[in-house]
Amino acid sequence: MSDRQLANSQLGSLEYDPAPESAAIAKLKPSYGLFIDGEFSDAASHGQFATINPANEETLSMVAQANAVDVDRAVVSARHAYDKVWSKTTGAQRSKYLFRIARLIQERSRELAVVETLDNGKPIRESRDVDIPLAAAHFFYYAGWADKLDHAGFGPNPKPLGVAGQIIPWNFPLLMAAWKLAPALAAGNTCVLKPAETTPLSALVLAEILQQAELPLGVVNIVTGDGSTGAALVDHPDVDKIAFTGSTEVGRMIQQRTAASHKHLTLELGGKGANIVFDDAPIDEMIEGIIDGIFFNQGHVCCAGSRLLVQESVADEVLRRLVRRVEQLRVGDPLDKNTDVGAINSAAQLLRIRELTAFGESEGATRYTSSCELPQKGYWFAPTVFADVAQSHRIAREEIFGPVLSVLTFRTPEEAVAKANNTNYGLACGIWSEKGSRTLWVAERLRAGVIWANTYNRFDPTSPFGGMRESGFGREGGRHGLEAYLNV
Amino acid sequence: MSDARLDVRKTYKLLINGAYPRSESGRSYEVTSAKGAFLANVAQGSRKDVRDAVSAARAAQAKWWNATAYNRGQVIYRLAEMAESRRDELAEHVALAEGVNVRTSQKKVSASIDRIVWYAGWTDKVAQVLGGTNPVAGPFFNFSIPVPSGVVGVVGVQESLEGFVEAIMAPLCVGNTVVALASETRPTPAVLLGEMTSASDFPAGVLNIVTGLTSELAPVLAAHEDVDGLDICGVTRDAADELAVLGAGSIKRVFRPRENETDSSLRRLRAFVETSTVWHTIGQ
Repeated sequence: MSDRQLANSQLGSLEYDPAPESAAIAKLKPSYGLFIDGEFSDAASHGQFATINPANEETLSMVAQANAVDVDRAVVSARHAYDKVWSKTTGAQRSKYLFRIARLIQERSRELAVVETLDNGKPIRESRDVDIPLAAAHFFYYAGWADKLDHAGFGPNPKPLGVAGQIIPWNFPLLMAAWKLAPALAAGNTCVLKPAETTPLSALVLAEILQQAELPLGVVNIVTGDGSTGAALVDHPDVDKIAFTGSTEVGRMIQQRTAASHKHLTLELGGKGANIVFDDAPIDEMIEGIIDGIFFNQGHVCCAGSRLLVQESVADEVLRRLVRRVEQLRVGDPLDKNTDVGAINSAAQLLRIRELTAFGESEGATRYTSSCELPQKGYWFAPTVFADVAQSHRIAREEIFGPVLSVLTFRTPEEAVAKANNTNYGLACGIWSEKGSRTLWVAERLRAGVIWANTYNRFDPTSPFGGMRESGFGREGGRHGLEAYLNV
Repeated sequence: MSDARLDVRKTYKLLINGAYPRSESGRSYEVTSAKGAFLANVAQGSRKDVRDAVSAARAAQAKWWNATAYNRGQVIYRLAEMAESRRDELAEHVALAEGVNVRTSQKKVSASIDRIVWYAGWTDKVAQVLGGTNPVAGPFFNFSIPVPSGVVGVVGVQESLEGFVEAIMAPLCVGNTVVALASETRPTPAVLLGEMTSASDFPAGVLNIVTGLTSELAPVLAAHEDVDGLDICGVTRDAADELAVLGAGSIKRVFRPRENETDSSLRRLRAFVETSTVWHTIGQ
C-alpha cells in the first residue's frame, strides 16, 4: 500500500468535496492601461501583453507594456505631484488618505483575493487570510506614522526623499505593493510602482482604490511591463530612491547601476532559509511549521524555510512524519477553499524548479515527491522533499523558489549554526525547541534578518523584515521601515 | 665631528591580527611632512596584506560581537586613555602631516580622543535606541535588535586623525571588526593609534590597519566578497563611485558622505548594523 493509499484509507471519510470560490467575483476587465497622473491610459507604443491564470493557462486580461517614454511620463507625474501637492500636504492629511486606502482594501478584500489567486496561482485560502488582510494592515499601520515622524527616532522633522521607484515581485503582488507604497507615502514621498510582469492585476485594482480614496493625482503611478520597464525606472535620472524586491541577481545589477548616482537604494532579495529542528521540539507543531515554512505559497517565498536542519537523534522520525504529511497536502485548483498548494506562477519558474530538482537527484539526494494528481493544464509541481542532502548540493545552496525542501542533519547546536550560516544569503531562519535559552543562543548567532522560533512565515506590519548579506539591505515594516523613505 | 645624537628612525608598520608586520611584499614608501620634509618610512601594503587583514577581521568578529556591550565600551574607553597619555606625540604627527601649528593639532587630537570616549559610551545604548519590541497581532513576543554587519572596510580617510577615528569607531562600537586603509600621504597618526589598541585590550584582528597606495588597495577591499560594509568617505567622488560599484558585487552596505550634512554620526551608527527580528511563540 502506498503512503497515499494509506493516508486515504485512514482519512477516507475526510476527503473534501470541491468548494470553489467564484472567479466572477474578480470583475476583471478585458484590458488595463497604465495608471499615470491619476488615470488609466494606453502605453505610448500601444503595446500590450497578456496576463494569464497559471492554473489553467487562460488569458485573464491584456495589460499595457510601458517603455521608457511611459516611465518618464510616470516619473514626471510623480515629481509634479511631489513638488506641487504631496510635499505641501500635512502629515495628518497623508495619514487620513492612507487610512482611507486601508479601509477600501478591506471593503474590496473578497474581490482582491480572487484577483490575486487568479493572477498568481496561490490558494484562495492564503490570498483571503494572509495577503489581503496583511496589505490592509500595512496601510493602517503606516497611516498612523504619517503625522508622527518627529517621534520616529530620526531627529526632528525628517524629510522625505522625493520620488520613489518601486519594483515588486510576483509572489505576493498586492502585499508587496502595500509594503512599498504605505511607508513611502507616510514619509511624504510620491511613487512610481512597477508590478511584476506575470502578476499586474491586483496593483491595477489598487489603482482603482486610490481613485476611490481621491488620493491626489500623480502621488502614486503604476507602470506595468517586463524587465525593460523596471530598468527604465532604475535608470531614470529624476528618481530619488529605488526600492526593489526580487532576485539577488537582479538586485546586484540594480546596486551596480545606482551605486554611482544620487539614488538611495533598499533591496529585499533572495534567501535560503534554514529551519532548525532540535530533538526536544514538540513534533506535531514542528511538522506543521516545516510544512508551512516551505509549502506556503508553493514555496514562492524569499524567506521560505527551504533547508531543514534536523538534529540526528530525531531525523528518521521527522522525515517519516514529513513525507506522510506531504502526501496529505491538497494540490490543485487555487480557487478551491480547501486547496493547500496551488499553481506555480509561470512556465519559466516551473522550468527552474524542474532543473534544480533534477540536480538534486543527479547529485545523489533521495527524492520523495507527493503522489498527488496534478491538473492537466497549467503549471504544477508536486510537493517534494529531498533527504540525504549535502551542503555542497545545488539544492542546498541555490534558491529554488518552489515547493521543494532539502533535509540535512546536525548533531550539536554549534553545527546547526555553522550549517545555517553557510550561505551567502541571510534573510530568515527558524528554530524549533522547547528550551528558551538554547533558542536565544542560536538566534544570537544566526546571520539572518528574521528569526522565527517555534513558528515560521509570520508577517506583521509592526515587525521589521529584510535581509543581511546578499539577501539585501533595508527593512520593511515597523519604525525601521520608515528609514528607507526618509533622508536620515 | 658633532656629538649630536643620531636619532633612531622608526618604520611605521601594518597592523594585522594584533601584530605589526611589514608588508608581505617587502615594500615600503617614504612619507613626507606637509612641507615636504622626510617624515618616515611606511610599509607599503599589498593586495595580499589586505586579504590577510580581512581574514583576521572575519575571524575576530564573532568574539568581538559576543563580548558584552559593556566590555566593548571598556575596551574603547581604554583606547581613549592610551591616546590621552600619548597626546603630545599624536599632536606632533598631526601637525607635521597636515601642516598645521601645534595649537591646532592639539585641538584636533583632543577632539579625536573625546570622540573615542563618545563612542565608548554608545556600545551599550545602540540596542535600546535602534531596537525594540514590536506589538505584532498575535501570540508572539517579537523584538528587533541591531547586530553588526560583520567586517567593515574603511577606505582612505585623508584627514589624518579625526576622520580616521570617526570612520573606525562607529562600526567598531556596534560590534563590527574593521580593516582600515590609512591615509596614503598622512598615515602616521593612524598607525600610532593602531599601536595603542594593543595596550587597550582590543582582541587581535578587531582593528586592522593597512598603509600603502589607496589606488592599489582600495579596489581590493571594495571587491572582497568577505567584506560586508564599506566606508568610502575619504576618497574623491569619482573614486568613491568606482568603489561603490565594486562593492555592489557582493551587495555591500556602502556609507558615503551626503551634501550639506552637518552631523552624520547617527547615520554612521546605523550604516553598519542590521536589524535582526526574532519572533517567539507565547503559550502555556
